[in-house]
Amino acid sequence: MENHILIVLLIPLLSGIFSLFAWGRKQLQQYIFLVGTFLLIVAAGFLLNSVLIHEVIVLQSAGWEAPFGISLVADLLSSIMVLLAAIIGIAVAIYSFSEVDEHRIQFGFYPLMNFLVFSVCGAFLTGDVFNLYVWFEMMLISSFVLMVLGNGKSQVEATIKYVTINIVASTFFLAGIGILYGLTGTLNMADLAVRLQSVPNSSLLDLAAIFFFIAFGVKAAVFPLFNWLPASYHTPPIAVSSFFAGLLTKVGVYAFIRFFTMIFNHESAFIDNLLLYTAAATMFFGVLGAAAQMDFRKILSFHIISQIGYMIMGLAIGTKLALTGAIFYIIHHIIVKSNLFLIAGIVKKSSGSFNLKKIGGVYGKYPFLAILFIISAFSLAGFPPLSGFWAKLIVIKAGLESGDSFLVIVALVVGFLTLYSMTKIWNEAFWKKVPEEYMEESQTKSVPLSSIKPMIIPVVMLAGITLFIGLFGESVLNLAMMTAEQLLNPEIYIHAVLGNDS
Amino acid sequence: MEDILPFLIGCLYAGGIYLIFHRSFVKLIIGLIILGYASNLFLFTISRITRDAPPLIPDDATQLTETFADPLPQALILTAIVIGFGLQAFAIVLIKVGFKTLKTDDLDKTTSTDRLDN
Repeated sequence: MENHILIVLLIPLLSGIFSLFAWGRKQLQQYIFLVGTFLLIVAAGFLLNSVLIHEVIVLQSAGWEAPFGISLVADLLSSIMVLLAAIIGIAVAIYSFSEVDEHRIQFGFYPLMNFLVFSVCGAFLTGDVFNLYVWFEMMLISSFVLMVLGNGKSQVEATIKYVTINIVASTFFLAGIGILYGLTGTLNMADLAVRLQSVPNSSLLDLAAIFFFIAFGVKAAVFPLFNWLPASYHTPPIAVSSFFAGLLTKVGVYAFIRFFTMIFNHESAFIDNLLLYTAAATMFFGVLGAAAQMDFRKILSFHIISQIGYMIMGLAIGTKLALTGAIFYIIHHIIVKSNLFLIAGIVKKSSGSFNLKKIGGVYGKYPFLAILFIISAFSLAGFPPLSGFWAKLIVIKAGLESGDSFLVIVALVVGFLTLYSMTKIWNEAFWKKVPEEYMEESQTKSVPLSSIKPMIIPVVMLAGITLFIGLFGESVLNLAMMTAEQLLNPEIYIHAVLGNDS
Repeated sequence: MEDILPFLIGCLYAGGIYLIFHRSFVKLIIGLIILGYASNLFLFTISRITRDAPPLIPDDATQLTETFADPLPQALILTAIVIGFGLQAFAIVLIKVGFKTLKTDDLDKTTSTDRLDN
């Protein structure tokens, strides 16, 4: 049973190593990545299944008992996140076959993707704060190289910004770890949760919380730490952007939920308010940024920010229903946002540009692609019966129940503005005709959709999952509810990690 | 030592942040490196400094009874230094590539990914 965690981590690690050995052999690397992510889905499914039976699975690495060694812990939240990572992994794998160019593959695109999947899974599964730092750094270094791979002018520029802000965030993370260790003498999350209850100096604890808030806030792109995201996510190839957009910010959100439900769950009005206002500002400024943009990928990038706000809102309200909403939102958002990026890539291939002013008429040429876009875009905007509607409904209902009417109003306004920019993409890219002056450019740069058919497969797959979450939302809702319940009762987690004597 | 180190850490933080605020790529990287030092020293100091007390259990005992220096923070810092070294090496190569591709080392001129019109 414990070995399920190990298998989930070993699969991407081994496929990463194998694809290093297959350096320069394109097809073999592609095959390894595809098989690796497929096996990861199976393994993550088994992990989720056994977590549903046994509640929390703990693996004490090398047999060192809990607060002394590094514990790897899989509870419901972690195993759901790992499964989602695997799903996005396989979607990106299929997509990358047609999209990523020879040059990038020669310089190690596939090994890096494997290691990125590996480190993301590790970050979800660790039960130790310093180990989380190490996973974060692994994730960063793979994402740095993936972002700059290809050496385009805009890519280099974007990477300089991305690297700078993330290294600064890492120093904050390290300082936060220092304060926690100085206060308690432990770094095991479960042990920390126990010991912090008897720490009298709560102002120092608030300080540590702020340090972690900055570190995770940069990763998750919350207000006011989000500026790097729209400046960088639109530069690498779509296969990379899509994986980043779906998962990397959600690693930050995951860390937020893990820390602020378990470790910093003491009654601190300051932290509660900080989260509430951050959530509102993140939603609002993210969506305003999107309204101004005319680039397909930049609009989507800004929408990542505003959607992160909804998840933080769920966390900030903190009731069972609100956390359920936050988790439902994460599940929905990872699938939908990655899919929208993949669709953006296909639209670019089939009409020649990401700039909405220069393209048009996709609906006339490829109605099927337009339907796939509609499913994801309206799900993002929150149309019933698609997945985003249920996610927004739960979060907003939780807000009304707890009396945070200000947040609810912001959330509703942001929902409208999301719809505005989704219809903007629809009008510009799919509905209107190609503008006369760009006709020639569009024809020379575009390729017919029939030549890039494999790229459609992951889009259909993810759109299918979106529809499933929307139409059969109850099973996902139940799962999210169980997860929220587990998060609100950290005793189960603590007990599983530390054993009986805690 | 406990009295001097906090001031040193404060100076390192201040210096690092001051350098990051500069426009030049090179100063930016030096700022990031100094900021990394500051965090490592902070971790070292806040987990208590104990001198002349190695955490070695004597032959005739099963556990340590007196005060001893905690070896864990040093292990953590060592890990952090190694990771930081890797990141800094990457960042230095990156600014070199950046200077070659962008033909500038002025951060204020790297705005092409932020502009609306492209």
